[in-house]
Amino acid sequence: MSEPDIVSGPEPVKADEDGWQRLHPLTIIASLARAVINAALPLAAVMLGGDGGSRGAGMVGAVLLTILTLSVLVSWLSWSRVRYRIGEADVRLERGLFSRSARAVPFERIQDISLEQKLIPRLLGLVAVKFETGAGGKDELALSYVSKAEGERLRTTLRALAEDSPASAALPEAEREEPARLLFAMGPGLLLLFGMFEFSLVALAALAGAAQQFDFLLQFEIWDLNSWEERLSGQGAWLAGLGVVARIVGVILAAGAFLALGFATGIVRTLLRDWGFRLERTARGFRRRRGLITRSDVVMPVHRVQALVVGTGLLRRVWGWHSLAFVSLAQDAGSAHHVVAPFAQSDVLVKIAAEAGFTLPTRDQAWQRASEKYRYDRGLFAAGLFVLSAAVGMATGYVVAALALIILGVLLAFREYCLWLSERHALDPLQVLSRRGWLSPKLMVAARVKLHSVEISQGPLARLRGYADLRFGLAGGQLSMRGVPLAEAQAIRAQVLESIVAVDFARLPR
Amino acid sequence: MDDAPLTPLDPAYIKVARVHGLLAMLPLLVGAVAIELADLLPPGLIFAPLALIAVLLAGLMPVRKWRSRGFDMGADRLRVVKGVLFHADTVVPFSRVQHIDVEQGPLERTFGIARLILHTAGTHNSSVVLPGLAHADAVAMREAIRAHLQREAP
Repeated sequence: MSEPDIVSGPEPVKADEDGWQRLHPLTIIASLARAVINAALPLAAVMLGGDGGSRGAGMVGAVLLTILTLSVLVSWLSWSRVRYRIGEADVRLERGLFSRSARAVPFERIQDISLEQKLIPRLLGLVAVKFETGAGGKDELALSYVSKAEGERLRTTLRALAEDSPASAALPEAEREEPARLLFAMGPGLLLLFGMFEFSLVALAALAGAAQQFDFLLQFEIWDLNSWEERLSGQGAWLAGLGVVARIVGVILAAGAFLALGFATGIVRTLLRDWGFRLERTARGFRRRRGLITRSDVVMPVHRVQALVVGTGLLRRVWGWHSLAFVSLAQDAGSAHHVVAPFAQSDVLVKIAAEAGFTLPTRDQAWQRASEKYRYDRGLFAAGLFVLSAAVGMATGYVVAALALIILGVLLAFREYCLWLSERHALDPLQVLSRRGWLSPKLMVAARVKLHSVEISQGPLARLRGYADLRFGLAGGQLSMRGVPLAEAQAIRAQVLESIVAVDFARLPR
Repeated sequence: MDDAPLTPLDPAYIKVARVHGLLAMLPLLVGAVAIELADLLPPGLIFAPLALIAVLLAGLMPVRKWRSRGFDMGADRLRVVKGVLFHADTVVPFSRVQHIDVEQGPLERTFGIARLILHTAGTHNSSVVLPGLAHADAVAMREAIRAHLQREAP
């Protein structure tokens, strides 16, 4: 392959004779903007930290100019050295300034193609095309950025090729675009409610961190107790003189601010992430769009869904709010599962699950619990250590500490009991179900034929007491049942294996 | 399937495990001997416990490990059992095997044994290792599983 010469025609995205294409030229602007934003904070710090003399200002200007020039150069150079091609059997991407890297991804390995628009690219009408192959994280191939139309085109072409159906690829564009059915959408009201449940104190931690980072901006030592004392005894002495009532009001106000901040964080984060959430069923699978500033558009083929995860939260479960996610080999914005309904009632979840070929358990689902021996052993273990240390405390005269330890031990044993009540598993003709956790239990439903191995594992105690853990090999997730009586575990394994063996993996739609 | 008798591993597995244990202890033992010779500490203070550990690692453990391991090659699945204290009993259906490796380290080659490794697409048990097979057996098993896969594939 000859070196790519830098073409600067009016239509730079047009393919050359070999089918090689460039990224959209506006990519340069986008990566430049990102570099400037990244540099803004340190620059601001330098400016604020400087003495503010005229010489200092000149220096800062010079540094700024140098950084800007360098950024332009680097952005342009890296853009000019990237090219991609849709070949006969694979997608190729070549890049690199000094050391060239060429990557080829075979069509049949592409699990999923998603489009993502961060704020700046979105303003410029660009999208990042991400190829999910199951390699995970940074190793995934991404084209950032191409024009929106090119992104859509790439996705349609590649998906048709990846599905290995030349017939559908040959179909004209219009016929392939079947009408999409809306499965689930979130309006602003629902998002707001969802945000309330996403109460988070992350912002508080961030604020504390920022206060430490930027304490040079403050006029006094924020972490120095003595200086606080000074301030309070000086101008702040009036505070001490206000009396008890005022202090109580102050505490209430502080708590209120605390809560408000927590709710605001939750709501803002939720709005940013899930604004305009839409889940549709298209001919090709599930299509999910979401995001306020970073807009993402993911399509997942139905047969790639390996299992479902139904989650909930401590409070939201009281009102019946649950989340639903798909487990597949592809990754979704850093998390292993694709959220298809972050906040919905069970009727919606049942509908979506049915579209993916799964049945969620109904009220009269027959569940199995872990062995009672497992419950006792776990409870004793949880409490045992604390009771032992409490005994030592009693003997050495630390009675209060010993009592506290005993209470803690009893609480832990109680937690184990609640866990035992809450955790359960079941086997139906097509699926394996396992619910784990107590306060915010998580239900996993996996298709039996999509499991890859079954393991029965036992520690020394489990062997002595006749129970075992069951672990299933699931692509893209962890599925297990804990403390199952050994005979039952063996029966479950035998049944699941019969379903697996009956269908060859190569015959499964992949 | 759970009642089917397990096939034990090749006895050479014990020998390899013994040599492994000795090799792991060798630097420590050499150091202990040096300290004994230097006469800095009361005789046997370091050497005796180390020697005990070496006897456990090279003498007792290999046999126990060998006894705890086993496999059962079914018509359409492989069962691998292992673990002295913590048992794990894994079944991999042939139809879910992505690819198969037969590996040999230098020690294993000396004693004529090999490891059979089945790779699956599952996150848990993404590779199931069955060590201590006579090399010819490992290759034969690989071929059997491959034949099964080819028969099944459309």
